Amino acid sequence: MVAPSGAARPDPVPADARTVLDENDIARALTRITHEILERNRGSADVLLLGIPTRGVHLAHRVARRMSEVEGREITAGSLDVTMYRDDLRLKPARSLEHTEIPDDIDDRVVVLVDDVLYSGRTIRAALDALNELGRPRLVQLAVLVDRGHRELPIRADFVGKNLPTSLAEKVKVTLVETDDVDAVTIVGGAPA
Amino acid sequence: MTFTHLLSAADLSREDAVRILDTAEELLSVASRPIKKLPTLRGRTVVNLFFEDSTRTRISFEAAAKRLSADVINFSAKGSSVSKGESLKDTALTLQAMGADAVVVRHHHSGAPHRLAHAQWTQGAVVNAGDGTHEHPTQALLDAFTMRRHLVGGGAGPLGGKGQSLEGKNITIVGDVLHSRVARSNALLLDTLGAHVTLVAPPTLLPVGVDHWPVQTSYDLDAAMEKSDAVMMLRVQRERMNAAFFPSAREYSRRYGLDVARMNRLPDHAIVMHPGPMNRGMEINADVADSDRSVIVEQVTNGVAVRMAVLYLLLGGAAEEENE
Repeated sequence: MVAPSGAARPDPVPADARTVLDENDIARALTRITHEILERNRGSADVLLLGIPTRGVHLAHRVARRMSEVEGREITAGSLDVTMYRDDLRLKPARSLEHTEIPDDIDDRVVVLVDDVLYSGRTIRAALDALNELGRPRLVQLAVLVDRGHRELPIRADFVGKNLPTSLAEKVKVTLVETDDVDAVTIVGGAPA
Repeated sequence: MTFTHLLSAADLSREDAVRILDTAEELLSVASRPIKKLPTLRGRTVVNLFFEDSTRTRISFEAAAKRLSADVINFSAKGSSVSKGESLKDTALTLQAMGADAVVVRHHHSGAPHRLAHAQWTQGAVVNAGDGTHEHPTQALLDAFTMRRHLVGGGAGPLGGKGQSLEGKNITIVGDVLHSRVARSNALLLDTLGAHVTLVAPPTLLPVGVDHWPVQTSYDLDAAMEKSDAVMMLRVQRERMNAAFFPSAREYSRRYGLDVARMNRLPDHAIVMHPGPMNRGMEINADVADSDRSVIVEQVTNGVAVRMAVLYLLLGGAAEEENE
């Protein structure tokens, strides 16, 4: 894959794609995650949502919107680009950087990282390194829409939209209205279910 | 990436140039963090090979490489084997033997970086940091970056005009174009980015063949002011003034210097730039250099971010794409 320049791009959905979460499922999962985050942290006082580009950022904004409604105050999510901290930079041509925007000081806060798919865990490791250089959060939690397994590092998610057992031959695709016109999680390839 | 070295602003496509500027935009925020460092180039070696005096460019490249965690070796011709007569080739072979991943070179001869890049003496990426009166591409990139932030991004907007070019902007470059590698690189890069460039200089300070450049030329600074979105003053290079290019410094300053009265003829949004070092009172008046419109200090800050972007894009990924 040649590193894309510019924003995320809609991909054509292959013929053998199987939809595992549709628009409503995603909405319900995000609502549940929002409540779980609030419950676990006894409110939103210390919580700081940081999405990992690109789709994690959109998910973080959606969670922030739901959280604002529940808590009755404006909560904004930020974004944390982890490109410069990845361990596979030298395996590919230089990638374009995404935007990092930290809305507030992260010292002594509860940072909730938000991403679309949890797979090897390497992206999250990079995110933890990136956070480390921005300050010292009191607690870091992880929320993902889909956990597909096959971890390569000792990392787990605190809040999961759906656990999706997959084979390595399969690809999990998250599409969101913000970048791809439709909300869906699909599985492509592998043996038919 | 479609380039493996950065030798000339002309080598960059619009896509490449915008990508460098976008990367620089993200890297600019590193300067405001508590830990001003990224681990990306850890274990890579960047050699600053400077055959000609320079303060800001060398420091800027050094800061950029260090913020990306690269190891930096500084080499200046003074007090080195070059003063004992070592050739560029032997110096390059020495650096190759030390394992340089990138060589940032400034040389008094035009074309030296090109020679270094294509002679197979060193495998590292070569970045031209100014060669003779030829080119200075990173300066052009940082100028374009500064212009984009102000003219497209609306001051220091959150995204600084990310993803955009300088389409339709009018840039006036004033002064010693003949000896200026900054002017040449800027003219080429700004044209690539879609800006209209006007060079204003006395006829003696315009190079031969300037009619083949993608620019307009003029001898009248006052006429160019009103339509300029940015005006860039070039340093009068006294060290290269070995012929009578203009009658007197005072006359030059009157006709081609930027004073407050001239600056006030600029549109309200226009900015004043200078690649430095300035001759205050010669090409630029002190009141202008210190005015609100002047972005000269900001250019230096932006220079570090732009050079980080260039080093990252050259060294940050795999050399070949088939490593996928």
